[in-house]
Amino acid sequence: MPLISTQAVSTPPDLKSTGAPALTVRNLSVSFGGNQVIKHASLDIAARAVTAIIGPSGCGKSTFLRALNRMHELNPEAHVTGEIRLFGQDLYSRSIEPVIVRRRIGMVFQKSNPFPTMSIADNVTVGLRLNGVRARKVLAERTEQTLRMAALWDEVKDRLHAPAISLSGGQQQRLCIARALAVEPEVLLMDEPASALDPLATAKIEDLIVQLRKDYTIVIVTHNMQQAARASDFTAFFYLGELIEFGPTAKVFTHPSQKRTEDYVTGRFG
Amino acid sequence: MAAVIFALIVLIGWELARGARPAMHQFGWGFLISTDWDPVNEKFGALPFIFGTLVSSAIALLVAVPISIATAVYLTELAPLWLRQPLIMFIELLAAVPSVILGLWGIFVMVPWLRDHLFPWLQKCFGFLPLFKGPIYGVSMLAGGIIVAIMIIPIITSVSREILRSVPGLQREAAYALGATRWEVTRIAVLSYAKKGLFGAVILGLGRALGETMAVTMVIGNSPQIAASLFAPGYTLASVIANEFNEATGSLYTSALIELGLVLLGVTVLVNVAAQLLLKTFAGPSVKPQH
Amino acid sequence: MTVSNHRWRNFKNAVIQAATFACAVLVVTPLVLVFYHLVTQGFTSINWAFFTQLPRPEGEAGGGMANAIVGTFLLLGQAALFGVPVGVLGGIYLSEYGGPHLNWWIRFAADILNGVPSIIWGIVVFALLVVHNVSLFGHVLIPRGFSAIAGGLVLGLMMIPLVMRTTEEVLQLVPGGYREAALALGIAKWKTIAQIVVRTALKGIVTGVLLALARVAGETAPLLFTAFGNLGWAHKLTEPIAAMPLQIFIYAIGPYDDQHRQAWAGAFVLLVLVLAINIGVRFLTRDRFARRS
Repeated sequence: MPLISTQAVSTPPDLKSTGAPALTVRNLSVSFGGNQVIKHASLDIAARAVTAIIGPSGCGKSTFLRALNRMHELNPEAHVTGEIRLFGQDLYSRSIEPVIVRRRIGMVFQKSNPFPTMSIADNVTVGLRLNGVRARKVLAERTEQTLRMAALWDEVKDRLHAPAISLSGGQQQRLCIARALAVEPEVLLMDEPASALDPLATAKIEDLIVQLRKDYTIVIVTHNMQQAARASDFTAFFYLGELIEFGPTAKVFTHPSQKRTEDYVTGRFG
Repeated sequence: MAAVIFALIVLIGWELARGARPAMHQFGWGFLISTDWDPVNEKFGALPFIFGTLVSSAIALLVAVPISIATAVYLTELAPLWLRQPLIMFIELLAAVPSVILGLWGIFVMVPWLRDHLFPWLQKCFGFLPLFKGPIYGVSMLAGGIIVAIMIIPIITSVSREILRSVPGLQREAAYALGATRWEVTRIAVLSYAKKGLFGAVILGLGRALGETMAVTMVIGNSPQIAASLFAPGYTLASVIANEFNEATGSLYTSALIELGLVLLGVTVLVNVAAQLLLKTFAGPSVKPQH
Repeated sequence: MTVSNHRWRNFKNAVIQAATFACAVLVVTPLVLVFYHLVTQGFTSINWAFFTQLPRPEGEAGGGMANAIVGTFLLLGQAALFGVPVGVLGGIYLSEYGGPHLNWWIRFAADILNGVPSIIWGIVVFALLVVHNVSLFGHVLIPRGFSAIAGGLVLGLMMIPLVMRTTEEVLQLVPGGYREAALALGIAKWKTIAQIVVRTALKGIVTGVLLALARVAGETAPLLFTAFGNLGWAHKLTEPIAAMPLQIFIYAIGPYDDQHRQAWAGAFVLLVLVLAINIGVRFLTRDRFARRS
């Protein structure tokens, strides 16, 4: 049973269990000032699967990702057109507030950003507390649950009240993942989550993604093609703001239909 | 050339100590707790002025800090973009207004208004408290506190603004990504992060409040007494020096005044050192020298 | 998120937004009020006589603040003379020379000096110049007593820490690449600094000096026991001299209505002067320092 009652603002449960895509993106264009960064991208993000977004630097991967949870609205110069639907609901419609969208679609950033003035436990529960969940028992249970999901529980269970910044970089990033998961999002967006981490920590994150895929829809931006090949089910290749190719990961990497895709995945450029 | 700075500090301390020595010799430590101020009989005590300085500064902080920090939050987080620059410029211009001009406005505009409107209303509502009892002249400790508040608001606001701006955007984004409203983002990601720096800004404002001279002198009433009522006139360390220095007959009188200056200097330097240390260890960008 | 919780959170958000906006308005209000009164009370009293005549003796109406206006400029000129070279050179030292440890202390000391109440500065210069003669080799340079020099000195001293810090800040903004390029060409360090670094930062340095001058122009307390004020002209720098903030203060606390009127007028002129410098300086450096959001 969801912790946060989501009447009238969430997905009808029957829609989730069908094979319907979690997110449908149609004709998405994003520009900053006069500069168009994403040009008419359309694709379907499958539910309960990992979709990787790859492409050379500056191709618009992060911009695409941030359009999915309306983060561009924080930037006055950003202009977003097109349609994005979460299980059928138009995310950019006037009747839905960005605050709600962002609760339903969580985000993990490239550089881990736990709140330094809060303890590990408080960081995990901050989203829940914002939403009115106060019962201590519930919060404690959820903390353990999400920290286990993030493969961090064993390492921190004895010091839940230590400051969050006392953790290593890799641990902090897993904490951020736990924090994002605590509010029961329907989709989890990850913007190069392991790029600032050492190989060991990266491997842990990748394992985590594979584990989470069973229950969550994940969209991950990565510049590391091996990572995309290992951890994702579907891959989207962007180049200079355009979606060049999208399909099952195995196909994109072994038999791409577009020449540019092939050039990129074989390392001829990028 | 730069060593001149050190020379200046030494100079200030030295000259003040030298000037104050006769009085220090005469009155010893009792100077600090005596309430006599009797130039005719050459008996001097610092307590009414220490009281006045502390109380007027406390009032000023109580009034200025919430308003300043709220304004800084508004300017950095909540205000529409087109409004920010004009407001910021306005506040920086307020910081440039000389104390004597604000004092002039204080005497002829603010004090009469306080006397005829705000103070009677306060007495009506809260007159049961000793703070608000007693005759209302207009010139009063409360008037002094309010005008000092007006003088320190710009500096607390500016420094707070710098502090809030230095909070990394990534922190804010983390809060937004959890689905927080604008105010919640400010509360969770910005204000808690900036606590130490904001405290430093407040202490800096206190330092400025302690040394404020002209505007206070013009509206506080200049009466060396310790009273419970905020409506009673008071006297601050800086004000008594300003008013009586040139009238001081006899070297003991002058020396006593200089000793008051020494007390003021001591307190101000201590507060400023605390503020600077807080601000510098907050690890934000260097705080600009503020007036 | 429950629907009711959502409404409550949005409500809180809106309330805070309104409250902080109200505070911002509250902050701006005194400036608006002050300016309003200065204009209505002061501007109307400005006439030719104000700028050209001397104050009348006690109680008599009329007269002007000519001596105070000139006095203020004289004092500012002296302050610049005393304060600018030391301040700028000190700032150059802080930025280009010195070690990190020493410089930290110098900066810290300068910031503390900036926080010293202005009246304390007045006491110090009083003790230095006013109490006894200043003589050199038996010749009396500055006789004891209040004097314009004392006033200029105290304002100049106050400017030093201020100018030092702003100069240093501005010099730090000059890209290190310029210095490296010059040094790589074999130009001596002091020449690099003088001709290239300072030249680049000159606008900023001048800005800092002007702002410091605007700041000390309004100072009253330190002048109380140094320049002291003068109802007539000061014929020599060793005589007491009138200054606008002083005159405003003396008139304001006096009993005569006509003096009050003139105090408003003087305040208006002084504020215009101070704000003109501040606004002018900001306008001139707008493109350079437009990093603010």
